[in-house]
Amino acid sequence: MADISLSGAAQSVDSIQSSYGAQVQRRRLYGGLMLLLFVVLMVSGFNIADDRNAGGFWNGLHQIGDYPADVLSEAWEKRADLPVLIAKYFPALVETVNIAAVSTLIGAIGGLVLSMLGTRGLARWPRLIPLFRRISDIMRAVPEIVIALVLIFVLGGGPVPAMIAIAIHTAGALGKMFSEVAENTDLKPVEGLASTGATWSQRMLLGVLPQVAPNFVSYALLRFEINIRASAILGFVGTGGIGYELRNAMGWGQGRFDDAAAIFILLFGTIVFFDQVSSRYRNRLTEGQAQ
Amino acid sequence: MTAIDLNTTKQHADRLFQRKRLIGFGIPAVIAVYFLYIFFAFDFAGLAQRANLENAVTLASDSWSHKVHVTRDNRSGETTYAVEGERKGRYPDGQRPEWVTGKDVISIDIGGDHIVRYLPQNRTEIDIPGMALIKVQAKGRKLTHNLPEDRPDWISVSDRRIGIVTPEGRITMTGARTEVFNYFPGWELFWFTLDSPYHGHSVASIMFGERLDPARSNINGALSDWWNNAMWRHKDVAWAIGETILMAFLGTMGAAIIALPLAFFAAKRFSPFMVVRATARRLFDFVRGVDALIWTVVLARAFGPGPLTGALAILITDTGTFGKIFSEALENVDQKQIEGVASTGAKPLQRYRFGVIPQVVPVLLAQILYFLESNTRSATIIGAITGGGIGLMLTQAIQTQKDWEEVAYYIILIIVMVMFMDWFSGWLRGKLIGRKN
Repeated sequence: MADISLSGAAQSVDSIQSSYGAQVQRRRLYGGLMLLLFVVLMVSGFNIADDRNAGGFWNGLHQIGDYPADVLSEAWEKRADLPVLIAKYFPALVETVNIAAVSTLIGAIGGLVLSMLGTRGLARWPRLIPLFRRISDIMRAVPEIVIALVLIFVLGGGPVPAMIAIAIHTAGALGKMFSEVAENTDLKPVEGLASTGATWSQRMLLGVLPQVAPNFVSYALLRFEINIRASAILGFVGTGGIGYELRNAMGWGQGRFDDAAAIFILLFGTIVFFDQVSSRYRNRLTEGQAQ
Repeated sequence: MTAIDLNTTKQHADRLFQRKRLIGFGIPAVIAVYFLYIFFAFDFAGLAQRANLENAVTLASDSWSHKVHVTRDNRSGETTYAVEGERKGRYPDGQRPEWVTGKDVISIDIGGDHIVRYLPQNRTEIDIPGMALIKVQAKGRKLTHNLPEDRPDWISVSDRRIGIVTPEGRITMTGARTEVFNYFPGWELFWFTLDSPYHGHSVASIMFGERLDPARSNINGALSDWWNNAMWRHKDVAWAIGETILMAFLGTMGAAIIALPLAFFAAKRFSPFMVVRATARRLFDFVRGVDALIWTVVLARAFGPGPLTGALAILITDTGTFGKIFSEALENVDQKQIEGVASTGAKPLQRYRFGVIPQVVPVLLAQILYFLESNTRSATIIGAITGGGIGLMLTQAIQTQKDWEEVAYYIILIIVMVMFMDWFSGWLRGKLIGRKN
């Protein structure tokens, strides 16, 4: 009897060891296979992309510095004109930032409504939660350029198509992030307000919004950073702003390098400036909440 | 004493209320003023003039319908039939739609009892219910007609050109040609073009019916004809979507691979020298600040247009973003785990491998997968600039300003692609690091 149990214990140690060994081995095998698959995907993907590119990677690699060097040297030669050029393109920059700001504001308002309507416990019509979630998914999935190009056709060029396009995408993206925050709200203030006979919008405005405002503002600021980049890029495909000026400067024969340099400086400076400001403010918002 | 106390408290509360009220009304007021400024800065008032509602109507109706052109060349007297008026959609010789009948007098029934007849000697008769029979004669460059002076506004007339727009279809006549556009719902020739033997056959008859093309088996032939469809270019579209996803994949993964070692230099815990740390951080800030747009422009000069340029632009920008996120994650690692590993006599490299990496991998993977999805969208946009992928096809289709059904098709594909990548990255995250987070 004792013998049997002893041998049983020895067996179980053995079997545990062997099964552990097998598990480790299988893990390593899977890990190795995954790594192999990843490497194969990367290498073959790189080769396909290289094949389908107009210029090859290895041919282009040593030219990579040529263009920046040309731009910099010409800008340096004409450095006296640079302040004038910067002043000339400043209004375009303001337009780009305005597009980003307005679309962030509109998108944040839209995202707020979408998130409230799509969050369990807060929704006005609980049965329609999946509908509002799908709406925000689809709005998030549409790249800005799609809406912008279609709207340029209908509305003509200018900042309005870019503004609408970015606002739609922002509403979808913020709707999702807001609703993740809104899920964790304390429902007691909402119930308290409901007991006084408050309407749905009053409950949301007075019961939920004060709780989530710091997080919402922080997310909206992050979006604003992203939207500045987006509005600059959309300018390149035909809406106004600094991106449009960049395309014109580039498309001018060989390219007006001094203009391009001025635009590069403006764009770089703006992005870094707003990144710094918004990240400082966001830190304050989220830390203030933790205290 | 208490009275004074109460007074000051009350004053304090009053002031607090006043400030809240000021903020409560002030912020919306500031936003409203800003919107007002934007209203003028963006010239919303002039938008009404610039906006082209006709374009919107064409876009909306063309995106879900197609038209078949029946064109008579008034010089040669020849009549051709083509979907969307494109060469690729032309009916083969001897074939024509079944709503066209007659030999010498070609009679075109565009529906709703609207009938157009092409008569010999470049004469045209149009029979519209509730109207007298319209007769038009083309001679040289001029047109003669029997239209009354007080005609409805859907008929436009000059001596060179007559246009008639009805809900059933459109008729335009010039000296050189007479054209009828007949509208139908749906995307025509989506599966097979008219020159394919499989056009007009049902799925069942292709799958199980008799062999339609003696040279090939039905399924093979049908698949290859569909894949090489000249109108809808399914093969090119599939390649373009592949290119876009490839750009996002290469860019994201390449950025992660480059950013991970650099992030160690930027994290306070792993990089004792201030100079190294500051250099790494400034490098991240720089490549992030230059932005994908400028990188795309610069790289396109070196590598030419194509998917590789897009992938590299994403790679460089995201190296900065990843570097920042990764180094923050590395600064937040728990020291205890590293000490535990060190107490077993592990060397520095082993300490990183078993003490640090397991802690940060879930955070990094979550970020990488999130960026993979978001970069699919960026790759669409960058592709439109640098010339690769579905973004380029979309811009080209929009620029031609007539293939709106193709534009609608591409838009649907792009949305499906992004939603698929969203789902896929979520699924992969669940598989790799567990459902929660």
